[in-house]
Order: sequence, then structure tokens, then C-alpha cells
Amino acid sequence: MKILVAVKQVPDTATQVKISSDPKAIDTAGITWIVSPYDEFAIEEALRIKEKRGQGEVVAVTLGPDRAKETLRSALAMGCDRAIHVNDPALANADTMTTARALAAVVKQEAPQLVLCGRQAIDDDAGAVGAQLAEVLGWPCASWIMEETIDADAKTVRVGRQVEGGLEVFDIPLPAVLSAQKGLNEPRYPTLKGIMGAKKKEIKDVKASDLGLSSITPELSITALEALPARPPGRIIPGDVKDAVKELVRSLREDAKAI
Amino acid sequence: MAGAIWCVVEDDRKGTPKKVMSEVLGEAARLGGPVEAVWLTDKATDDGLKQLGAWGATKVWLLENAGLAPYRGETWVPPFAELVAKESPKAVLAPVTSRLRELMARLAAKLGVGLAADTVALAMNGDKLVATRPIYAGKLLSKVTWAKQPWLATLRPNVFKPAEAQAGKAASVERVSATIPSPQMKLVERREEASTGLPELTEAEIVISGGRGMKGPENYVILEEMGGVIGAAVGASRAAVDAGWRPHRFQIGQTGRTISPKLYLGFGVSGAIQHLAGMRTSKVIVAVNKDPEAPIFKIADYGIVADLFEVVPELTKEFKRLLEK
Repeated sequence: MKILVAVKQVPDTATQVKISSDPKAIDTAGITWIVSPYDEFAIEEALRIKEKRGQGEVVAVTLGPDRAKETLRSALAMGCDRAIHVNDPALANADTMTTARALAAVVKQEAPQLVLCGRQAIDDDAGAVGAQLAEVLGWPCASWIMEETIDADAKTVRVGRQVEGGLEVFDIPLPAVLSAQKGLNEPRYPTLKGIMGAKKKEIKDVKASDLGLSSITPELSITALEALPARPPGRIIPGDVKDAVKELVRSLREDAKAI
Repeated sequence: MAGAIWCVVEDDRKGTPKKVMSEVLGEAARLGGPVEAVWLTDKATDDGLKQLGAWGATKVWLLENAGLAPYRGETWVPPFAELVAKESPKAVLAPVTSRLRELMARLAAKLGVGLAADTVALAMNGDKLVATRPIYAGKLLSKVTWAKQPWLATLRPNVFKPAEAQAGKAASVERVSATIPSPQMKLVERREEASTGLPELTEAEIVISGGRGMKGPENYVILEEMGGVIGAAVGASRAAVDAGWRPHRFQIGQTGRTISPKLYLGFGVSGAIQHLAGMRTSKVIVAVNKDPEAPIFKIADYGIVADLFEVVPELTKEFKRLLEK
């Protein structure tokens, strides 16, 4: 079976993020870029499905500027078979809706039986694209999945989605869109052979016009980015443990009114 | 009514709206209303409907149908979108919960409008709504606005000021008869997690977090004991989760849960940037760590530099004494 994995390049979790001279954008100088961690779970799951079935194809797709190719190379190094890079300045300000429409156009061209993505990209943190993609396609979807099994004839997938206080297990007919939550699997590291092999694998460049996108105007626009308001300076409570704890509880009760 | 602000009801699956709805309804009123609630459920109780009125809803659009449990996007989105198209609210607001997070994304796609997810502030600017949402896991804030109505947004729990319940206020109830599509997704089972008896991490007003300083999974019991005393959820840092001490669902941080409690207490948490990203909007932050250089002290309101294994039992005792008064 053919599986499409949607991935995104994001700043590393340990990176400090600063606003650029354009107040609507971040300063990308000095940023280390990584594959969004939840997308790695999606890639890993797709590869495991293919390995378990002994056949199939895993295609990675991303929207992003030139540098996003590194993310596709990482996906290929992990074991994806080929990649599609939707790289078009017209999509630079894509919101989740625009992204979902673009991905839907790719899905229609590729006709996979399953689309996997991370539960959210850790830059914009919207966590909406997977569900919106499913809606645009008219496919069923399950978000934040913790487990997944596809039946022998690839007609149905059984998934466990994380909800408050538990897991809801569903049988879903394919094709479907699933978003991965941490805990689904443990992503592999690319091997040296994988990294070398990735250089020879195909990355197809695609423009918005190739996808026949009717609307690339974002439905949601950033008007400004702001730094977080500074927290008031804190206080280290001195003294031995007993006294410090008493003073802490008093402060929480009387000053902070937090308890 | 046309131009109303709709609040999507999250309930306890037993017919009662969750407390977070007081925050959503309160915010809708601050934005100028008119405040209406939309409730998709298999069961709504009279008390639940009254509660929504007391929190400020003037009207409840009630879609009560056995086919709506459990939540499935494919059964919820079509009747909801139909109602939106018919009644033309100017905004649809929902709390961030597992199912409403997905529902709102799908609804936005169905309506072809924008979604501001996980907002922490909303404000009218002239006749436009502007939302503030944390990005890069709370390292920055982003102000966003919509190309067209209805404005769809999800609201982070514990951030917006709740409406005070007013006993005299009541909502009119409009029962909506809708065709619920037959679902393709079949529920096999619901597996409950072993209950800790403590509140859910993202809903809790107080969160206790244990990091690498906890030394092992067996020691979390002292945090759970404190949690029981003060009604707190107990979470963990990525280091502790990756070490296998706690399940993933308890992880706080950029690759875990983002929390915004009234009080956060971190024990043996160093404060790696990715952990801070998930909890820095907490209102009051307390840190206990042996290492005076631990980065968490930079954002803590109160810090104690000491061995957590000495502090925790003392603190639990003090909390007990305080709350027994």
C-alpha cells in the first residue's frame, strides 16, 4: 500500500526564537532546523507498516522554502522511498487551511491509501492540518493516535486515539488521515547507509500551479509577533528546609493567593 | 441569532458542561456577545442546561442525539456546519480539549474559514477580532486575525477569566433537529487509564511536576500524595518520561502537554528550554532544586535551593495543616 507522510521543518526545541526586523516573522539566522518531532513518529509508523507488509511505498511531502529539503532528506534517510517538495513563495504565508488545501491536492495526485502526520508541528503549534486535510478530502480521521494496526487486505485500520482519561479504539475504513502522538513508536535514527542512499532518492519540486490550487489566500493572518511579557523577578527563599517551606506556604497563601 | 458569539460545549459525557465552559462563556461576554452556546451531545441534563444559562448563555442550541457519542468528526461536523450556515454566528469559540481541538479544525475546513488554535487572549479591534496565541511552544506570542467570518478559535483552559455563575439567569433552549450522518468509524472499545484520582494535567488548577531529580519512578508517590492534599495533577519533565519513569501522557513541555495552571510546583526539574516552553504561562511558579544554577529559577516566582526529598514531605505536611484550618 501507498502511504503519504506529511512533515514539516521546524526550529530545534532547544533553539531560542527571536522576532526579526519584520515583526511578522522570526529571525532565522543561527537556527538549527529539525524534522518536527511528532512527524518523526508519523514517518516511523509509515515505515513500520511497509516493513510489516513486505511491500508498499512511503512518500514524504512537505511545504516550505528551499531549506525544507533537508527535512525531506532526513525522511528519505530514515527510509521513505521518495519525496515531494511543495516549494512556492506564493505559499510562504500559508495558514493551516492553505496548507491543508495544498496537501489535499498532492493527495489527490498521489492517491495513497493512508496519510500520516504529526499531531502538530512544534513551530506554529496549531495542530489543525491533519484534521483539515481529512475534511477537505472527505476522509475519516483520528487525531493523537497511540497505536495502529492495518488489517491484512488493507481495507481497515484499527487505531487508538488519546482522549482525556483514556484511549478510544476505532475501526476506520481506508483511506484515512491519522495524526501521531508521542508514544506511538520510537523513531529510528538514519543509518549511514540510509543517509548515503537518501542522496539518490527522488525529491520532486512542485509549485502551487502544478497543484491547481484555487485559493492560496490565507484564512488566518499574522498581524504581529510579540515577545512574552517578562515575568516579575522571583525570590529564592533562604533558611533551613523547615523554615523555608513555612515561608513558601505563607507566601503562596497570603501574597500570591495561589492556594 | 445572526452575529452571536457561539461557545461550543465540552461536557463530562454524562450531561454536564465542564467547568472550562465558564471561561469560554465569560470571554464571549467580554467580547460583547450576544453569548450563545452550542451543545452537541448524546445526553444533556436539565441541570447542565441551567448551568450554561447561569454562566451567561442567553440561548443554547442543543443537538441531542445518540449518534453523537462518541465524538467523530464525520458525525459532528456536517450538522454543526449546517447550523452555522443557517444562523450566521460571527464567532465560534471552544475550549481546547481532545475532541474539540479536532472538531474545530474540521469545522473550519468545512466552512472554509480560519482557525486560531489554542488562543490565550481575544480582543475586538474595531469590528475585527484579534487573537493572541503562543507559538514555538510559548517562546513567542502571535497576533492573528481572520479573512472572514465566522471567526473560529479554541481557548486554552485556565487562562481566560471564568464567568461567575448567576442563579437568576437562564438560557432559552432551541432543540435542533439534524440528520446525523451514519459513521464510517466504528468504536471498538474505550480503554480507561488507571485513575490516579488526581485531576487531568491540562485541566488542573495546580500542577506538580517531577524531573530527573526524582531519581526513579518509585518516588513519584510522594508527589501524588501532595497532589491528593492540594488537588493537583502530577506531571513530569521529558527527561523523566524518556527515562521511562512516567507514561508519555504526563509529559509537560514542547513535545508534551502545554499547561497553564494557577500554580506550578517543579521538583528536581532543571528547566530545559523545551520544558519551560510547556509551562511558562503558569501564573505562579515554584521551583525546588538542589542546583542553584538550574535555569528554572530564572522564571520561578519562589525558589528553594534544597534536596527535594527533604522539601516534599515538609511541604505536604504544611499544605495539610493549612487546608485543614
